[in-house]
Amino acid sequence: MSSRILPYFLISPVVIFLLAFFIYPFVLVSQQAFQGDSGAWTLSNFQDVISYWKFPISLRNTLLLAVAVVPIQLSLALLMATMVSRMNKGRDLILYVWTIPLGISDLAAGIIWLAIFEQSGFLNSMLSGLGLIERPMNLLSYQSPVIVFTAIALAEIWRATAIMLVILVAGIGLIPKEYYEAADVFGASKWKQFIRITFPLLRPSLQTALVLRVILAFEIFAVVAALGGTLFPVLMGETYAYQFDLLNSGAAAAIALIILGISIAFTMVILRVLRVPKGASI
Amino acid sequence: MSETSSNNGARPVGSGAKLVYVSSVVLLCAWVIVPIYFLLINTLSSPETVNSFPKSFFPEFDFGSLHFFAEFSGMITALKNSITVALLTMTMSILIGAPAGYALSRFDFVGKNLFRLLILLTRAFPLPLLALPLAVMFIQTGLDDTTFGLSLVHTTLAIPFSVLITFSLFSGIPLELEEAAWTLGCTRLSAFRKVVLPLILPGITASAIFAFVISWNEVFAAAVLTIENRTLTAFLLQNLGTSPLHLKFAGGFILVMPALIFIFAVRKYLFAMWGIANR
Repeated sequence: MSSRILPYFLISPVVIFLLAFFIYPFVLVSQQAFQGDSGAWTLSNFQDVISYWKFPISLRNTLLLAVAVVPIQLSLALLMATMVSRMNKGRDLILYVWTIPLGISDLAAGIIWLAIFEQSGFLNSMLSGLGLIERPMNLLSYQSPVIVFTAIALAEIWRATAIMLVILVAGIGLIPKEYYEAADVFGASKWKQFIRITFPLLRPSLQTALVLRVILAFEIFAVVAALGGTLFPVLMGETYAYQFDLLNSGAAAAIALIILGISIAFTMVILRVLRVPKGASI
Repeated sequence: MSETSSNNGARPVGSGAKLVYVSSVVLLCAWVIVPIYFLLINTLSSPETVNSFPKSFFPEFDFGSLHFFAEFSGMITALKNSITVALLTMTMSILIGAPAGYALSRFDFVGKNLFRLLILLTRAFPLPLLALPLAVMFIQTGLDDTTFGLSLVHTTLAIPFSVLITFSLFSGIPLELEEAAWTLGCTRLSAFRKVVLPLILPGITASAIFAFVISWNEVFAAAVLTIENRTLTAFLLQNLGTSPLHLKFAGGFILVMPALIFIFAVRKYLFAMWGIANR
């Protein structure tokens, strides 16, 4: 086969696959969202979804979680990445330990933190061991929304910081070490080196890490299901509820499109804010 | 770029700063490990202990909870389904993704950038949501509630990764090696089989393992697309409201176990998948 046709032959399976299972379902879900029962074009699905009393709450919860979780994850991942970059001995081991949560599903992460926060769980055991409480408290109840939120946020931070860490460590590895040597010669402090060299040169990786993380943050579902159940409605959980409990796939599609819209809007903002000037990459 | 090297080297630091540094490393390791340890304690305790208070901070090595898990109706089937879907996903994503990775690394062709954009686009997208319309499409084609149907969706999730990983792996092998084989009488195919494939095999394995983990861990699409043939994640999710604590913890532990092994197996390649996306 000639080398003109060969590359197209090699990529065709991926293209066909993505057309069938990525582009086509996307068209379908848009269609479903904008069509009523009779098949006519309508916005009624969106009206139904948005006017439902749970919608503002789940939208607020999803955004609040993203706002609380993502900045902490970013700073934590930056801290870990810089720590690892100075490490000589035991670097591989430490990195392995820190990236373990990368392989753990959101459902499993939720269950892990349930072991800590449930009524007979380890947090209560610790508190009573220290003599701070007499009886185990019911931490995950509707009376303590702050604790429910904290538990979910902690589980998310615990689980999904690793993916940012990996992207940032890879990014730091691309920065030539001569820059740091030069900075040392001119007597720049470590902090100054971080602000003036690492941070600006890391911008493409920061972009990738943030886009990915923010999109995943709007998809949060199983962690919440495991820890908060119905106490803490989020958008993705509502999508699931529409599809299964209410059997309204038009409304489910409408929420799906809303999640999609929010994700795209945030992606645009991140790309814009952290844009890399042309010719300024390494 | 399969491994990033430490770029700053060792710097002389004061002993106070060093103490802070070492203790933060230890603390961050504990932050990751201790929650998993708690889950381990609960898994290796009898159901009575799991539901009692206060908790001991050491496991009693009782297999009651795990036994309960294995005996729970439908659980073993769900576990089998999970493994089947993950194996199918693993095979398909490599067979479909690796040729594209090879094409990206070896050829310049019209539409290459468009293709790369398509790949990157899939990652900037809440993909599990697409399971909703697929549910309808699968009912029409008879793929609904089958492990194969679900593995098609999981393959869509895994393909961007397998393309990017194999692209970076193939880019790491000099074209000259292949050219030398061609001049010695190999065809493109036999040169690939005899020269490139042996070099690339460990990386391909890592990428396959990664695809396995993606499928094994996926919850939303699995819950939407299966009803009778639940995977383990979907089964656990469905029963979250009603199942006893010891069942949840044992199930969670079974979910976590492969992750620990897999991340260890692919650790060298973790950075290849993202390093390449940075440029």
